[in-house]
Amino acid sequence: MSETLKITDLHVAVEGKPILRGVNLTIQRGETHALMGPNGSGKSTLGNAIMGHPSYEVTGGSIEIDGADLLEMDASERARAGVFMAFQRPMSIPGVKMADFLRHAATNVRNPNRKEGEDLIPMREFRRELKDKMSQLRMDEEFARRYVNDGFSGGEMKRAEILQLAMLRPKFAILDETDSGLDVDAVKLASQSIAEIGGAEMGILIITHHDKLLENNTPNFTHVMMGGRIVETGGVELARELYTEGYDRIRAAYPEAAALDAELSEEQATA
Amino acid sequence: MSTDVATPIEQPVIGEINKYDFITQTTGVFKARKGLDREVVEQISALKNEPDWMRKFRLDSLDIFESKPMPNWGGNIKLDFQDVYYYLKPTDGQGKTWDDVPQEIKDTFDKLGIPEAERKFLAGVKAQFESEVVYGSLQEDLAKKGVIFTDTDTAVREHPELLREYFGKIIPPEDNKFAALNSAVWSGGSFIYVPPGVKIDFPLQAYFRINAESMGQFERTLIIVDEGAEVHYVEGCTAPMYSTESLHSAVVEIMVKKNGRCRYTTIQNWANNIYNLVTKRAMAYENALMEWIDGNLGSQLTMKYPAVYMMEPGARGEILSIAFASKGQHQDAGAKLVHCAPNTSGRIISKSISKNGGRSSYRGLCKVEDGAINSKSNVVCDALILDPDSRSDTYPYIEVEEQQVQIEHEASVSRIGEEQLFYLMSRGLTEAEASSMIVSGFIEPLIKELPMEYAVEMNRLIELQMEGSVG
Repeated sequence: MSETLKITDLHVAVEGKPILRGVNLTIQRGETHALMGPNGSGKSTLGNAIMGHPSYEVTGGSIEIDGADLLEMDASERARAGVFMAFQRPMSIPGVKMADFLRHAATNVRNPNRKEGEDLIPMREFRRELKDKMSQLRMDEEFARRYVNDGFSGGEMKRAEILQLAMLRPKFAILDETDSGLDVDAVKLASQSIAEIGGAEMGILIITHHDKLLENNTPNFTHVMMGGRIVETGGVELARELYTEGYDRIRAAYPEAAALDAELSEEQATA
Repeated sequence: MSTDVATPIEQPVIGEINKYDFITQTTGVFKARKGLDREVVEQISALKNEPDWMRKFRLDSLDIFESKPMPNWGGNIKLDFQDVYYYLKPTDGQGKTWDDVPQEIKDTFDKLGIPEAERKFLAGVKAQFESEVVYGSLQEDLAKKGVIFTDTDTAVREHPELLREYFGKIIPPEDNKFAALNSAVWSGGSFIYVPPGVKIDFPLQAYFRINAESMGQFERTLIIVDEGAEVHYVEGCTAPMYSTESLHSAVVEIMVKKNGRCRYTTIQNWANNIYNLVTKRAMAYENALMEWIDGNLGSQLTMKYPAVYMMEPGARGEILSIAFASKGQHQDAGAKLVHCAPNTSGRIISKSISKNGGRSSYRGLCKVEDGAINSKSNVVCDALILDPDSRSDTYPYIEVEEQQVQIEHEASVSRIGEEQLFYLMSRGLTEAEASSMIVSGFIEPLIKELPMEYAVEMNRLIELQMEGSVG
């Protein structure tokens, strides 16, 4: 059991309401997985549960990274164990500069046993690396001096998430709708960057509605989520089918799961 | 009356510096007996060899103090005025020793990395001789420009005309009970006079007056910035001040004349049993600018509302205030802007943080007097609450007696969001690091107004306050 993120029969509830109902998924490092599905099917819930969001209660099953129990760890420990999530809607932290935040984060993730108060990555070294990464992502240097996600446009937020991915170099990355809010060129740049950063090193789970992001990140596997379960798994052709044809065929094949989805979507719409 | 007369305490000889030391020239230690009455006030005045007018001012102030009721707003003051020592003649061995300093304060000094000698001074148990030479040369440089920078007691003796003209004029003893108390028993504090057109381009620090006298619990500061002059005064230090006495009640009066500028920065960190009840007020004249930067940490109760009275057209007032309330603490802090003339403008930014059951209140006044047309005030107060046991209140008072004015008040209260914490933690920051980072970000607008070294210390102080606050 090494180099593996393994999710077994995962059940997750939010405010007592079951969302995930038995998810099984194994990602090896070097693999790219696409996770697709209609709104409300539980895709983001899976991401949040893997990352350890305190509002997402795991009611059954397990998540393991290289054989270690992820569910025993808080979000910080999971990050240091090698898990990363690029958020759909990242939080803004006014008054905290991107560069300061990233230097802390990179130090902790690269040195998981660092104790509070111990030295951070040397400033000069860190700055050089940050500058390189930002120029690869065609980000203005000014960006590092801005406050974390504060007043960022949708596109800037997504690029900031990719910058963090590049700096933290996780073993496993979950990209939650990283393509939404980006124009076509930006999606292209993002997908190229992800491919470059990931290379053969990373296990990637791309949650998306958009095939553009998949062009440069050809998924080894495509999973369709419906009603809180993965109902079908295929190759890249499945992603293309879903993007062009929609979910009608899947809904027809799994009426029970489709009904659960419809119920949840309706609740979200009225909430 | 009990007067303790002690033999002079032997001083360690520190090279040549001891010959500049005048504190050792005192012949004894004097401690007024506990409690307050005419006798004690007269005794203080006599010990300081004060002129009659000052003795009379003190005695009149005592009458006012006794006739005034306690404030019926703000925090809960449970204080027996007869159980306080009002005067301790400062000498090197004033009865306190380093051993008496509470461990938490020692730990703070330690973590702030403050050198041993400095710690002892800041804790009030040692006069600091080492800076004497610096003090002397600085004084000379300032004196050439006609600047006066000394302690207020010395100013009474050496600059009586200036003193009489301004002392107690901006904050008269009648102003409030604690201003009256200070007026009766005051001791120490800074006196600064900056002549017309003189701009001092480095901050003046109380550090330089510490040789003259240990920081009083009832210090009295008077700053006069003459026409077109500029000064930045930094009071005390960002390092913690502590006292074993229970009451700190200072008065700070500032006069900024036409086209003058004054910035007054203070960050105080008191021991947790102190009542910190301070009156601070500035008057700004034509096109003058007064800025208060005021940070409050520690104490049991702080009631402090720096004020700017804009007396003539074009005057401006800016107040940045920050309060950090932890367990057993109530920070009732805020600011006052009073527009007394047309085309005046003011801004208040107030930030408070409450944790571990602490309580912070913003209490602010925006007042526009009749005739102060086209005046503008902008007030922003933000409160950050770190846990469900803590509390924050906002009491904005707005009194407008004029039509053509613009008053803005924005207030926000936020809890450290679970979402913000999760976001930072998902990047590998521990919960403690994440909350500390959110708090630092919250006070960033104030920090960036501070001179570099103070900003660094302030950040360290906040980090220390945050330690162990979560998890």
